[in-house]
Amino acid sequence: MDWPAFFLSLRLAAITMIILLFIGLLIARFLAWRQFRGKALIEALVALPLVLPPTVLGFYLLSFLGKNSWFGHLYEQMTGDTLVFSFSGLLIASLIYSLPFAVQPMLRAFEAIPKKLREAAWCSGLNRWQTFYKIELPLAWSGILSGMVLAFAHTLGEFGVVLMIGGNIPGKTRTLSIAIFDRVQAFDDQSAQIMSLVLLIFAFVTISLVFLLNKRNS
Amino acid sequence: MKSLIVQLENRKGIPLDLNFECEAGKVLALVGPSGSGKSTILRSIAGLFKTERGFIKCHDQVWFKSDQRIFVAPQQRHVGIVFQNYALFPHLNVRKNIEIGMDATCVSSLEDLLSMVNLQGLENRMPSTLSGGQQQRVALARALAREPKVLLLDEPFSAVDQVTRRKLRLELLELIRKLNIPIILVTHDLDEAAMLGDRLCVLHNGTGLQTGTPDDVLRAPATAVVARLMDIRNLFEGELVDQDQEKNTSVILWEDIKFEAPFQRQIQKGSKINWSIPADKVLLHRRVNPSRGVRENPVSGQIIELVTISGISNVIIALDSDQRVKLHMDLPPHVVERNALKVGEKISVSLLKDALHLMDYSHSSSR
Repeated sequence: MDWPAFFLSLRLAAITMIILLFIGLLIARFLAWRQFRGKALIEALVALPLVLPPTVLGFYLLSFLGKNSWFGHLYEQMTGDTLVFSFSGLLIASLIYSLPFAVQPMLRAFEAIPKKLREAAWCSGLNRWQTFYKIELPLAWSGILSGMVLAFAHTLGEFGVVLMIGGNIPGKTRTLSIAIFDRVQAFDDQSAQIMSLVLLIFAFVTISLVFLLNKRNS
Repeated sequence: MKSLIVQLENRKGIPLDLNFECEAGKVLALVGPSGSGKSTILRSIAGLFKTERGFIKCHDQVWFKSDQRIFVAPQQRHVGIVFQNYALFPHLNVRKNIEIGMDATCVSSLEDLLSMVNLQGLENRMPSTLSGGQQQRVALARALAREPKVLLLDEPFSAVDQVTRRKLRLELLELIRKLNIPIILVTHDLDEAAMLGDRLCVLHNGTGLQTGTPDDVLRAPATAVVARLMDIRNLFEGELVDQDQEKNTSVILWEDIKFEAPFQRQIQKGSKINWSIPADKVLLHRRVNPSRGVRENPVSGQIIELVTISGISNVIIALDSDQRVKLHMDLPPHVVERNALKVGEKISVSLLKDALHLMDYSHSSSR
C-alpha cells in the first residue's frame, strides 16, 4: 500500500470537492433559474468533461498550463513554480474534470424548486441570502450532497488527466490510481490488489450513498 | 384617499394596459379568461414583475414609478400574497410557514393568526399532510403574518373541491370585513368575483375593459366583449330606430319586432347596436290571470331546454319569429312548477324595458 499516494488522492479529492461545492452552487443556481440566449451552449460546456476523453482534456490543459503558455508563464512569474507536474496543476485539472459531476445533481435539485416558493419567501420579507439558506438549501441539500460525493469519488479515481498533467512524482503528483498503474507495471500484483480493493470499496460506498440520498429525497 | 393606485403598461411579452384603484377595506376582483394577464398584474403589485411603464402607489408610499426609476423590492413592499396552489414551504411545518415572515415589529401573535383562519391545533403538521382547504388557510395566515399593506389573492379557491370552496368563500368574506387594507382578488370564476368583490375589473388581453360594481357590470356591460366575458347569455344585435329623451325611451328593432328600452344618449338614431338583458329580467306571462306587464316588450316561443341547477331553473326559449334565436330566462323552480312548464311548451314572456341595456355595435357579438 502506497500511503503517500493514498493521502495525496484524499487531499486532492477533498480540496476539489470543497472548491466545487461553491463553484457548483453558483453555476447550478444560475443555470436553474436564468433564461438567456446561448444557455444551451453553456450547459453543454459544463457537461463537456463527461464525454471528453481524459487524454484530450489533459492535452489541452497541458498546452494551456504549460511553461510556454501565457497563463503558465504568468503563474510561474507570480509563484516561482510551474503548474504542470505540480499539485496545483492537478487541482485545476480535477476541478474541470469533475465539474459536471458536482453541477448536474445540484442543477436538478435547484430546478425542482418551484419559482413561486422563492417568490413567496421574498414576499415574506426574506432577502436573497435568507431565501437561500432557509428555503433553497434545505430543499436542495440531497442534490448538493450528491454532487459533492460524486465530485469527491470521481476525483479520487481519475487517471488519464492526472497522468497527462501531473505525471508520476511520488508525494507530489502520484495519486492512488497512478500508483496502481505503477505497481502493475512493476509486477507488484499484491500492492495493486490492495489499492484496487480500497478504491473499489470506496467507490461502492459513495455510489450507494448517492442512491440512498436520492431515494430519501423522492 | 385611495389606498392602492395601479397603472401598468407593457408591450413586449405579456401585454398590459390598465389602471385601477382600490380603497382600504374593499375588494377589487380582476376577472377575465386565462391568459388575460391577471396573475401578472398581481405579480407587478408584489414587485415580482416589472412592467415597461407604470406607477404603483400604496398609501403614501410609491412602489413603482417607471419614469423616475423607482422600484421597491418585494421584501420592502409588505404585500401579503396567496399564490395559486399556495406555494407553502414543503419542508417547514405550519407554525414555521407562518412565522417565517414575522419579525419583532409584528403585533399579532401566531395564536391570533391561527384562530383567525381556524387552524388551531394544526401548527405542528407538515403541509403535505393537510387538506386543500387547510393549505389555503395556512397560505392566508402566512400572507397576513407581516401585517401587509395590501392583500393579493391569486385564484385562492382553484385547488379545492366545491364543498370546501363554498365554506372557504364564506370564511374569507368574514375575514375580509375585519381587514382594513385593499384586497385584490384574481379569479376566472364570475360567481366568486361577484360574491367577494366590491368592484370588478374586467380584463381582456391585458386591457382593463370595464371597472364597476358587480351589479353595474352585469346589468350594463360597456361593450359586447365585456358582456360576453361576463357570460351574459342574452346578447343580441339590433337597430336603434327611435329615441325620446322626455319619455326616457329608445325604440329598437330586433327580428322584425320593435322593443322599448331606456333612453341612451351616446348612441345615434339609426345605428346598429348590441343589446342585452339579464336572464332574470325576462318575465314569464302567467297562463291564468295574466298580469299588467304582459304588454311590455312581449315575445313568444317554445321551450327547448329546462334545467334546474342550485335553486335556479334555466329556461331556453326558441322564438316563434325565428327558431334560431334563443332567449335565456332564469326562474325560481316553484314558478316552473306552478305554471307546469315543460320542454316543448309554448310560452310568452316580457323583456322588462328598464332591464334592457344598449351598447355600441361591435362585430362577432351575435349568438
